[in-house]
Amino acid sequence: MSALLDLDGVGVSIGRLALLEGISLTVERGQVLGLVGESGSGKSLTAMAAMGLLPLIGGRVTQGSVRFDGQDMAAMTEAQRRALRGGRIGFVTQNPMTALDPVQRIGEQVDVVSRLHLGLDRKAARARTLDLLTQLRIPEAAVVAEAWPHQLSGGMKQRIVIAMALAGDPDLIIADEPTTALDVTVQAQIIQILGNLVREKGVALLLITHDMGVVAQVCDRVAVLYAGRLAEEGPVRPLFAAPAHPYTAALIGCIPQDGMAKGSLTGIPGAVPSARAFPPGCRFHPRCARASDLCRSAPPPITPQGDGRVACHHPGAAR
Amino acid sequence: MTAPLIRIDTLSKRFQSGGGLFAKPRAMMAVRDVTLSIGKGEVLGVVGESGCGKSTLARLVLRLIEPSAGRVTFDGTEITALPPAALRKMRRRMSMVFQDPYSSLDPRHSLTEVLAEPFRVQGETLPPEQIPQMLEAVGLPATFAQSHPHQLSGGQRQRVGIARALALRPDFVVLDEPTASLDVSIQAQIIALLADLRDRLGLTYLFISHDLGLVRYFCDRIVVMYLGSVVEVLPDTRTAPRHPYTQALMASNFAPDPARRRMIEPLTGEIPSPFALPPGCAFATRCPRASDLCRQKAPALGGDAAHPVACFHPL
Repeated sequence: MSALLDLDGVGVSIGRLALLEGISLTVERGQVLGLVGESGSGKSLTAMAAMGLLPLIGGRVTQGSVRFDGQDMAAMTEAQRRALRGGRIGFVTQNPMTALDPVQRIGEQVDVVSRLHLGLDRKAARARTLDLLTQLRIPEAAVVAEAWPHQLSGGMKQRIVIAMALAGDPDLIIADEPTTALDVTVQAQIIQILGNLVREKGVALLLITHDMGVVAQVCDRVAVLYAGRLAEEGPVRPLFAAPAHPYTAALIGCIPQDGMAKGSLTGIPGAVPSARAFPPGCRFHPRCARASDLCRSAPPPITPQGDGRVACHHPGAAR
Repeated sequence: MTAPLIRIDTLSKRFQSGGGLFAKPRAMMAVRDVTLSIGKGEVLGVVGESGCGKSTLARLVLRLIEPSAGRVTFDGTEITALPPAALRKMRRRMSMVFQDPYSSLDPRHSLTEVLAEPFRVQGETLPPEQIPQMLEAVGLPATFAQSHPHQLSGGQRQRVGIARALALRPDFVVLDEPTASLDVSIQAQIIALLADLRDRLGLTYLFISHDLGLVRYFCDRIVVMYLGSVVEVLPDTRTAPRHPYTQALMASNFAPDPARRRMIEPLTGEIPSPFALPPGCAFATRCPRASDLCRQKAPALGGDAAHPVACFHPL
């Protein structure tokens, strides 16, 4: 069976600036793929490429292809792509505070998605909305549907945004840092809800996050991006147990854990390079303890590693 | 614990909101009856979610805002009673690092001007020969002295914020979510720097954060706040929590280890509005252990003096 979302060697440029290079990823139905990396790694850009939204920010796909359910997105008309977005591809944004229209009642904002994409009438759309809100464990769905966005808490608003993403009966949900703007106890709820959706409805989830803890909790596979390139990709268990790429290992090591000795959290020296000044060779080499002359001159090829892939001249022990 | 450097005594802050021609003003207690002390050289963590009053508490401790009730004593001097000139003098010994390094540095100032600001406030001038050393102490090259904030990354800006806070060699620094707007990789760098500076300069920190995992890593004692009140004080980073809210906070923290995946028991219920708190325990609406007693009467912080908890049914 072919993957639901298939990015094959995707490169993205804005103007003359090449921001993404050779990104290959697949997301299957019933699977959660985590996309991680620091700010500036290209996570959100990858999501925009997957949704065909790059023209919005003046970007374009310069190499490779993006396929959704076997169809090449580049070969579709804009109308076809628009029908996918909000329909078969649901999107959950980072900030629920700005994702909702402040002058429209909650219910109407969710209704419009199923009216537009499923062709439901007013009554059926509202019934679907109430059903979705109930599934997302929103108490008194009928009351909430009549409320205005400012009357709801952040966690409640994010559940509404998720309901909007679900209203078009999507096969794929792309969630871009869906819990970053939320309190920690609410984050746990939202992560739980997203994980359940994948298991119960069999949708595919592309979860963009910078939090390796969230990845470990909910993802099946994870792709680590660094400075516009794929560093490592694979199933979560072996990847966390024995990260092959030094960048993956460093990202995991940045999370404070119980019983960690004081002073053991050192971070990653330096910072993500800007796209205007990507270093030659492996882009991670200026921050890498394992860097050799080879790393400084030649970009590492992507090689198979267990059930995944890694792009490193000196990967960690084989998994 | 060593002799306290700071004593906070029944400190409260009431905010009023709204109120106009027709609307009645509404009041909320951002901080309610907080009593704490911070030892010399200690790192005291304050943790809680948005709206719990942790940043208000930080501002009260430095008297950046006036308390509605209560006292703050710094090294034996009651700073809540000091006249302005004496307060300014006292402020040499305390400073603050802000959450957002993008808005807390003036974009028109060079780093030299940023670092000179605390001196200017005290009516002094920054000796130019000190600048390289101030920058290097926070891991920035001395060549940055004439740079402007927009030329720096987020992590570098926060290092400037720390250098500014340390300019007058204070004893006490309030760190208000100093890493919340940074990447985890940069967060770890900044925390390592703060730990190193504390050891070298003998600083005392009040560390405000929403991240219990980070607080447990960095702090000596941990104060947990919920809707303006202290609900628990953990005496160290290993002690198990006794308040159900602290436990929920801990359970919300995911370990970066897929082998330790677990079912999350999500807190049900909503956070009550701080303008209309329920009569009993503020956490009762979301607490799995709540009883009728909890809904009628607010529990006071008590029990073991080293590990006080405000709960009728502690774990």
